[in-house]
Amino acid sequence: MKRFLLFLPLIIFVLVGAFLYKGLSMDPSARESALLGKPMPEFSLPNLHDPLQQITQENLLGEVFILNVWGSWCPSCYDEHEEIVRMAQAGIPIVGLNYKDERSKAFRYLSQLGNPYSLVLFEEDGLRELAFNLGVYGAPETFIFDRDGIVRYHLAGVITPQLVDQVIMPEVRKWQTAQ
Amino acid sequence: MEVLFLPEFGQFALILALAMACVQAFLPLIGSFTRQPLWLAYAQPAAWAQFTLLAISFILLSLSFLFDDFSLAYTAANSNSALPWFYKLSAVWGAHEGSLLLWLLILAGWTFAVSLSRGLPAEVLARVLSVLGFVSVGMLLFVVFTSNPFDRILPRIPVDGADLNPLLQDPGLIFHPPLLYMGYVGFAVTFAFALAALWSGQLDSAWARWSRPWTTSAWAFLTVGIALGSWWAYYELGWGGWWFWDPVENASLMPWLTGTALMHSLAITEKRGVFKSWTLLLAIFTFSLSLVGFFLVRSGVLNSVHAFANDPERGFFLLILLAVTVGASLLIYAIRVPNLKARVSYSLLSRDVLLLANNLILVIASIMVLLGTLYPLILDALGTGKISVGPPYFNALFVPLMLLLGVLLGLGPLTDWKQMQWQKLKKKIWLAGVITLVLGVAVLPWVYDGQWHLYVALGLTLVLWIFTTSLRDLWEAAQTKRGWLGISRSRLGMFFGHIGAALIVLGVTMVSNYGEERDLRMQIDQPVEVKGYQFTLKELIHREGPNFIADRAIVEVHNPSGKLINTLTPEKRLYTVRGMPMTQVAIDWGFLKDIYVAMGEELTADAWAMRVHYKPFVRWLWLGALIAALGGVLAITDRRYSSKKAQEQLTAITKGSL
Repeated sequence: MKRFLLFLPLIIFVLVGAFLYKGLSMDPSARESALLGKPMPEFSLPNLHDPLQQITQENLLGEVFILNVWGSWCPSCYDEHEEIVRMAQAGIPIVGLNYKDERSKAFRYLSQLGNPYSLVLFEEDGLRELAFNLGVYGAPETFIFDRDGIVRYHLAGVITPQLVDQVIMPEVRKWQTAQ
Repeated sequence: MEVLFLPEFGQFALILALAMACVQAFLPLIGSFTRQPLWLAYAQPAAWAQFTLLAISFILLSLSFLFDDFSLAYTAANSNSALPWFYKLSAVWGAHEGSLLLWLLILAGWTFAVSLSRGLPAEVLARVLSVLGFVSVGMLLFVVFTSNPFDRILPRIPVDGADLNPLLQDPGLIFHPPLLYMGYVGFAVTFAFALAALWSGQLDSAWARWSRPWTTSAWAFLTVGIALGSWWAYYELGWGGWWFWDPVENASLMPWLTGTALMHSLAITEKRGVFKSWTLLLAIFTFSLSLVGFFLVRSGVLNSVHAFANDPERGFFLLILLAVTVGASLLIYAIRVPNLKARVSYSLLSRDVLLLANNLILVIASIMVLLGTLYPLILDALGTGKISVGPPYFNALFVPLMLLLGVLLGLGPLTDWKQMQWQKLKKKIWLAGVITLVLGVAVLPWVYDGQWHLYVALGLTLVLWIFTTSLRDLWEAAQTKRGWLGISRSRLGMFFGHIGAALIVLGVTMVSNYGEERDLRMQIDQPVEVKGYQFTLKELIHREGPNFIADRAIVEVHNPSGKLINTLTPEKRLYTVRGMPMTQVAIDWGFLKDIYVAMGEELTADAWAMRVHYKPFVRWLWLGALIAALGGVLAITDRRYSSKKAQEQLTAITKGSL
C-alpha cells in the first residue's frame, strides 16, 4: 500500500500529461489581432496549381474574400476543412494560403478532402511574403478582407460550425453590403 | 563577407555538443553498472567539451546578429540593421530558437560548475553529470531537429530583418531571460543530485548538503529574474500592473514556489535527516515544473502575452521530452525510494513541523497556480468551452495561503528543532506579538489616509510580525562570544530572505490598497489633478529615433503644495519596421511613491488621452525580491561550504558512508 502511494505523483503527472496532449491538438481562443483595419501587405506568390503564375495583392482586390492559411502538416486544418467547404458552397470566395508545405503533399490533401478554394497561394517554408507579413505563426489562421483589401477579421485557430454561422458568415455579409 | 560560413560552424558545434552530451549521459551510466571507473571518468571532460562547444555555437549565432547576416531565418525574423548593437546581441535570445540555445548554454554552464566542485566523490559526480547529460541530450535533440537557429533562407536573402519585437527592446529584457533561465535550469542540478541519490541508493544527508548551495543559487537567480520581469511589465507594457497571472508568469512562479519549499526542506533533511523522500520528490517537482512551464510557453497550448512561435511539431516533441524526463524520474522515484521510516522523532511543536507546514503551503499554492493555469485547457479538453480563470481566482486563493505562510514564517526561526516547549516559545515571541498587534492593527492602517482598512491591517501586521520575529532571531544569534560579528552568513541569509519577503508584502499591500489609476484628457496648459498632484501638459513634440518615430509629451508635475517636482516625458512610439505602436512610460520614482504617466490616444492637435497612476511603495516589491536574493547569496557564501576544513570533514563523512 505504501509503495502504491509512491506511484501517486507519477499517476497525477500522467493525467496532467494527457490533458497537455489534448491541449496540443486544440488552439488557443482567437486572439484579438493587431492587424484589424490594416491593408493587405504587398506580396508576390506563385499559384499552387500553376507555379509559373505569380499572384500579387492586385489580383485579389475588388471583392470581399476569406483568406485561409493551411498546410497538410497541420492536424487542425483537417478538422476545419468541412467548414471551409460549407462556406465555399454558400458562395463565399475563399483564397487558400498553403503555408510551409510541399506541393505534392498539398495536392494530395486537396484531392482527398476536396478543393473549396477559388485560388491557392503557395508560400514555401522560408519565404517571407504574405503569411510572414500577416504575422501568421501557425496554421490554421483565417482572415476576412474587404473590397479594399483591409483586414476586417482575424482568427488564429480552428473554424468551428458555430463560428461560421455566428461570426464569419455575418461578418462577410456585412462587408459585402457595406458601401 | 568573411562571416559567410559562421552559422555552419555554429550548427556543427551544436551537433558536436549533442554528441558530447550523449557521451556525458551514457558512458557514466554504463560505467556505474559495469563498475568501470574509466567509463565514469568520461563524464567530466565530456561536460567541459559540451560547454565549450555550446559556447562556440552561441558566440557564432551572436556574431551573425552583430554582422546582420539576414540569410539566417532566425536573424532575419528578429533583428534589423538599424537596431543598436546591444539589442542585436539581446535579440539572440529574443525568440524561440535562440532562447533555447541560451537555455542549453546555461545548462552546460551549470554542469561545468558542478564538475569543478571539490569534495564530491568521483562516483557521485559522474552520476550527477550523467543525469544532467540526459537533460541536455533531450533539449539538444529538440533544438537540432525542430528549432535550429542556424537555418538559412536561401537563395532569396532578405534585404533587412523584420526587427526585434519592440517590447523586447529594453534594458530590462536584456537581463530578464538569462537570469530567469539561470534559475530554471539551476534546479536541474538539484534534480540531478536527487536522481543520482536515488540511482545509487545512498540517501544519507550528504546529498542534501551537496544540493543546498546549488538550490539556493538557482532560487536566488529565479527570484531576481521574476522580479526583473515584473518590473519590466510595470514600466514597459504601459498599464501599470506588476503581476498579471499570465500563463508565462505562472510558469515561472510555480518552480519558484516549490523551489522555495525545496530550499527549506533540504535544510531539514540535512540538519535532521528527516523527510528525505519528500525532499527528493520536491527536487523532482521543482525541475519538472520548470519543464512544464517551458512546455506551456513554447507549445502554444495557452494564450499569453509572451507568445512564442507555435508549431504543432514542436509542441509534440516537447511533450514527449516532458513525458520522458518527468515520467522517468517519477518512476525511478517510486521504485527506488526506500520506505524510509524516520528514526528521528519530532514533536508537534518543533521547527521540523513548522517547516513541513511551510512546504505544504508552498506546494498547495503551486498546485493551485498550476490548476488555474491549466484550467482553460482542461475545460476545453472536456468540451465545456474556453474559459480562463483570471486574477480573482488566483488572488482569492493565493493571498490567504501567503498570509498563513507569513504567520508561520515568523515562528519558524525562533522554534527549536525536534521539540519546543510552548512556554519557551511564548517567552520569545510575546514582545514581537504585542508590537505587531498594536502597531499593525491599531496604528499603521490609519496613518496613510486616516481611515482603517482591513486589508492594510492584515498586510502590515504580517510585515511587522516578520520583521520583529526576524530581529529577535538575529538578536539571539548575536548572543555569542563574538556578538553581532559572530552571526553566521547562513543565519544572516535567512534573515535577509525573510525580510525580503516582508518587504514584498509591504509593497503589495500598499500599492493594491492606496494606488490610484486615472485616464484623463490633458490639454496643453490646462492642469489636471490626481491624488493632490497637478499634471500640466506643456508641450507635444514629434521626434525620430533610430528605428521608430515618436510623439512625446512634456508633462510638469506639481506636488500638493504647488512645488514643481518633476517634468515627465512619456512617449508614444511607432516602430516602423513592424508597424508596432509602443507606449513609453515616464515615471517619477521614489521609495514612497511612483508617479507614472503614459500616453494613450491623440484626441486633438493639442490634447491627448493620458493615463496617470499613483503607486505608493511599489518599489518595495522589487527591492524586497532583491534583498531576498541577497539573502540567498549570503547563505551560499557561508563558510561551511567553502572552508577547506568543512570540505575535508564532508569527504570524510562520505567516505565513511561508502
